[in-house]
Formats: sequence, C-alpha cells, structure tokens
Amino acid sequence: MNNKLNVKRKSAEKKFILLGRVSILLAFVFLAVFLFTIFKTGISGFYKSYIKLNIFFDSEYLELPKDYSDSNLRHADFQGIANKAIYKLFPNVKESSDKKELRKIISSYSNLTIKNALRNDKALLNKEVSLEIPLNSVFNLLNKGLLDENLPQEKRNFTDLQLSFFNQLKNKGLISKKFNWDFFKTGDSRAPEKAGIGGALLGSLFSMIICFLFSFPIGVATAIYLEEYAPKNLFTEFIEVNINNLAAIPSIIFGILGLSILIDFFELPRGTTLVGGLVLSLMTLPVIIVSCRAAIKAVPPSLKHAALGLGASKTQVVFHHVLPLALPGTLTGTIIGLARAVGETAPLLMIGMVAFVVNLPKTPLEQSTSLPVQIYLWAESAEQGFVEKTSAAIIVILLFLFAMNFAAVLFRNKFEKRW
Amino acid sequence: MLKVNILGNKVSENIIRKALFLCSLIAILTTLGIFLSLLFESISFFKVVPLKNFLFGTHWNLQIPLRSDQAASSGAFGAVPLFAGTFLISLIALIIACPIGLYSAIYLSEYSTKLERKIFKPTLEILAGIPTVVYGFFAALYLAPFIKDIGQAVGLSVASESALAAGVVMGIMIIPFISSLSDDVINAVPQSLRDGSYALGATKSETVKKIILPAALPGVVSSFLLAASRAIGETMIVVMAAGLTANLTFNPLDKVTTVTVQIVTALTGDQEFDSPKTMSVFALGLLLFLVTLFLNVLALQIIKKYREKYE
Repeated sequence: MNNKLNVKRKSAEKKFILLGRVSILLAFVFLAVFLFTIFKTGISGFYKSYIKLNIFFDSEYLELPKDYSDSNLRHADFQGIANKAIYKLFPNVKESSDKKELRKIISSYSNLTIKNALRNDKALLNKEVSLEIPLNSVFNLLNKGLLDENLPQEKRNFTDLQLSFFNQLKNKGLISKKFNWDFFKTGDSRAPEKAGIGGALLGSLFSMIICFLFSFPIGVATAIYLEEYAPKNLFTEFIEVNINNLAAIPSIIFGILGLSILIDFFELPRGTTLVGGLVLSLMTLPVIIVSCRAAIKAVPPSLKHAALGLGASKTQVVFHHVLPLALPGTLTGTIIGLARAVGETAPLLMIGMVAFVVNLPKTPLEQSTSLPVQIYLWAESAEQGFVEKTSAAIIVILLFLFAMNFAAVLFRNKFEKRW
Repeated sequence: MLKVNILGNKVSENIIRKALFLCSLIAILTTLGIFLSLLFESISFFKVVPLKNFLFGTHWNLQIPLRSDQAASSGAFGAVPLFAGTFLISLIALIIACPIGLYSAIYLSEYSTKLERKIFKPTLEILAGIPTVVYGFFAALYLAPFIKDIGQAVGLSVASESALAAGVVMGIMIIPFISSLSDDVINAVPQSLRDGSYALGATKSETVKKIILPAALPGVVSSFLLAASRAIGETMIVVMAAGLTANLTFNPLDKVTTVTVQIVTALTGDQEFDSPKTMSVFALGLLLFLVTLFLNVLALQIIKKYREKYE
C-alpha cells in the first residue's frame, strides 16, 4: 500500500517537471518557427534580379542635344531605349501585344538606372553599353524560384509567353541576382523592386535622437529629484504612482495624446519624426526614471557622507559624485528603453507617420515613416513582391534590436560597479 | 573652479532643486494630459451619442453617413461588439499565456539548474522584445492561413482573419510578462517554508502545489492581471490579424474586431477632427485607459501587499 502511494507520488513529480519543461519548450518552439519563417522569406528580399541589356544611347530618340544639361535628361524617354534593347534580343517578336508582354519583364523604373549611367559618364551618348537593368518584381520573384510556374496561366501574374521569354533570357545567361544595397538607401515605392527602407531608417534614427534628447535629461532629472531631494509627502507619492502607471498605459493611448495635444493643440506638423520622437519619449521616460533611480540607490551612502563631510554642498555631492557613478546603470536602462521605442508602431500610426513617402527625410520636420511603420505598410500591401521585402525589413529591425540589447548587456558588464 | 562655485552657491542650489522638481512634474502632466484630452473629447462625443447607447448598444458601424444628422443615429456607436471582440482575443491570449508562463516560472525557479536558467530566462525574454508589428505580420501571413487550412481539413469554416490566430500570437507575446513576474514572486517565497515542507516529507511538486503557489498566489494573480492589461491594450497584432467589421460573437474561429482596431481605423487617414466618428475614438480611448489603469493599480496594490508580507 505504502509502496503504491510512493510510486504514485514519484510519477506525479515526474509529470510536474515534464509540464514545466514542455511549457518552456513550447515557447522555444514558437520562437524557432517564427525566426526560421521570417529569415527564410526575408533573406531573398535583400537580393534583386537584373537582366544584362545592351543599351544604345540614341541621341535622336532621346532628343538630347550634344551639350545636354540635367534638365534635358528629365524629359528623355530612357524607358523607351530599355524597351528597344530587349526587343532586339527577340527579333522575331513583331506583334505589339507580344512586345508589350516582353517589355513588362523589365522594371518600369529601369529609366532611373539608365539615366544615372548617362549622368555619370556623359561620353556614353550615341554609344552602346551593356547595363544591368532591374527586373519587374514578378520576374524578380520568378528568378528566385518563389513563384509556381506550374499553376494554370490565369492563376499567376505572368503569361505563358512571358515565361518562355524569361526562360530564353535565363538560358542565354543574361539574368543575374545581386545583393541589393539600394534597399538600404532608397525610400518607399509602389514597385516592390524599387522600394527600400532608407527613408524608414532615417525616420527611425531621427525619432530615436529626439526621443533620447527629450527623455534622457528629463528622466535623469526626475530620478535625481525623487531620490535625493523630494520630501516624503503625499505629492511625491503621487508623482511615483504616476510614473508607474505611465509605464503600463497602452502605447496607442500615447498616440492619441500626441494627436490631440501636440498636433491639434500645439499645431506641430502632422506625421513628422519630431512629433513621433516626442510621443516615444513620453513612453521611454518611465523606463529611464526607474533605471536611473535604481542606479542612484546603488551608490553607497558612505561616498555621499564623505563628500558632505569635506564640505561639499548637497548639489555638489549629487552632480560630482552620485550622478557620475549612477550614469552607467542609467545608460543601460536608456538603451533598453530606446530599443523598445524603436519597435513601437501604434502611437506613430495615430500621429500620421503612415504616409507613402518616396523621398528621404532630411530634417525631423518632414513627413516620414519609421522602420516598424514601413513594415506595417508593406505587410498591408496586396502585392506579392512586398512579402519578402517586409520580411527583410523585419530581419533588419530584429538584428538592430538584438544589437542594442547586446550593447546594453556589454555596457552593464563593463561599467556597472557592484559595491 | 567655476563649476564648484556654480553648484555650491545657495541661490543656484535653489534653482537647481526647482528645475529638477519641474522635470518630475512631466510624468504628472502626461497622465493629466491624457486623461483631460480624452475626457473633454469624450464629453462632446457623449453629447451626440448618449453614454447608454455607447456602452450597451450592440451595433457598431463607422461607415460615413449619407446625411449629416445620420451619424448620430443611436445604433451606429454601440460598442458592445468591440468589448466582446477585445475580451475574446484577450481571453484566448491568457488561456495560452497563463499556464505556459506559470509552469515556465515554476520550472525556472524551482527545478532548473544554474546553466538552464542562464539560457532559458533571456531566451524567454526575447519574446517580449520582438516588436508587435512583427507578431502581427506573422499572425496574418502565416498563422491565420495555417489555422484556416487545418479548420478546412476537419470541416470547420474558419474566417481568414480569425480571433484565434490573433489571440494565439498575442498569448505568446505575453508569456514573458507572466513568467518573469511569477518567477520573481516565487523566488520571494521564504526558503523556510520550503524547508518546512520538505522536512514533513513532501516531494518538490507537492511543496510547489501546496505551499509555494498558495503563498505566491497574490503575486501570480497580479502577473495575470498585468498580462491581461497588456493584451487589452495591444494594438498592432489585432490591427493586422483581426478583422475590421464589428461582429458580436464568441466563436474564436470567426472574425472579430477590438477597441484598439477601431481606434486605429478611425484615426488613420484624413478625417475632420470633430466628426462623431473621430470623437468616438476618444470615448474608446478613455475606456481603454480606465480599464488598463484599473487593472494595473489593482495588480500593483496586490504585489505591494504581498511584498510587505514577506519582506
């Protein structure tokens, strides 16, 4: 009898441990599946497919005089000479409808590549050069093997004819795939093959800088006040309760605050990184205050007493002794707070940072998006070419957040003193 | 030398103290700003749409009205379907996150070796660091179609934007909130309680179930409350993975909408600032603010009481 009970208790023990292990395992499995899926779809987003075409810079067709200026270039039909170059590869194609299908293989933004080539080397006029022209997004995906060729024609975005053109081009070795550095440099676009995260990166950078400039000094000042100066009364307690609650308010509410106070009341420009950074700084503030207070608390009182004993004033003690020692801990907390702010999307949607912005923002007073908002915008797009772009942008933000958190850990290990 | 003089001076000491005090007021000003701006706009909204219709109406529709007086028609701003949707998705999230979070916390604090703890704890916390927009993308693009396929395979009709997909992903997101806080409170249970239990011959799991969990219960409950508040206020996952149209249902395979989704859809795009549609956002925001505030204050109070008991 007794033995039976013991067996039962032992198996209960084992089951309990198993439950704990399974729980952690479940979380890990999800994380692994999640990261694997994102990376698997995202890696190809960093690559772009090109076709090698012999472009003839026909001055007559382009209507360019010998000593042309940049304003002449603006009106020249560079897309036309790209089309001509691809027609030349298929001399048998005569029907205009077939030609239309053929020219859809190259990106409708090919003119930019060709224009830049001519701008960089003016001697190219009336000469033929081989250039790498970006493919249309559909054929970019096809080249990467991301589209199913075996579906019936009406279920795919390309025709049988285009497929045969494409396969011929591929067999001739004209199609190539390269790392797409432009992805990091260009702004948004309706065409997936041209869209980049450059604008979004700048937007994130601007809002981060503004967030830091605003929240760090105020956060540190608040922490110093609460730790070193504040009298113990109801009002101080009220401040503390407020700070704790700020940390738990849903981020979307901060967006509504930004909209009604910063944009509607103070009339700051809508959709700019200035407003975005300010809203994010209000969310980062509690994190900085809490970490700075903890760091100040960790400074041993003996140090303060020694300084006071030598005749330093209270303020001198705080700014000459306590604050420098508390700074590493504060900075660690600040980095973590900023990392959280960088990933925020909802409040930025509220203040209008969701516009379609092609140009890179130069100042925080221009309309802009940020990296997570760009991810949201692309994820909502119906175009298939944006799926890999979205995942690629997600990889960038995940790596960035990982780097920030890693930096925070390094920082803590290196500078934080234990007394 | 100059620096010393500036800081040592009585007058400047006073100024610095005042400046620091002013900075600390920002936190109060923010809360006050949030509350007042939400309140005033809500009051003007409730002048157009009666509070009763807003709180108990079962029909929500933000379509632009044909006539200007049509917007005020009482049926269009009944928020019950939004509350139901928010509740349903948060409930799914908690059903996923509470057991996983709690069992993880128990394993981490009572059973794991030092090495396991060193690996598991930060890895779990990665889940909390992933931006919610990324979760939303994953839920909408991979999990929702996956659930739909499974549903079809067993003969269920599943909406392509089911509450289940959004809830599951949200649940995974809040696991670390529960596990790390529960881990803290379980660790705070005095060792003497454990030793007493072992001395009476209890096994480890019996000690956990009969002694530690009851002792740590307030802390565990408050971690659930904080997680619930997080789930209710979560926006991006539901914006991307849940539906837009209000639908009063408790079927997790159906499409539902939430308070936060409606706030986002009403405010993105160019609206005039004083249409009832835009003003309804502030009423929803006020409600969201009050509910999450209540949950947080409650949770923090419970934890405070708990800490006082053992420290």
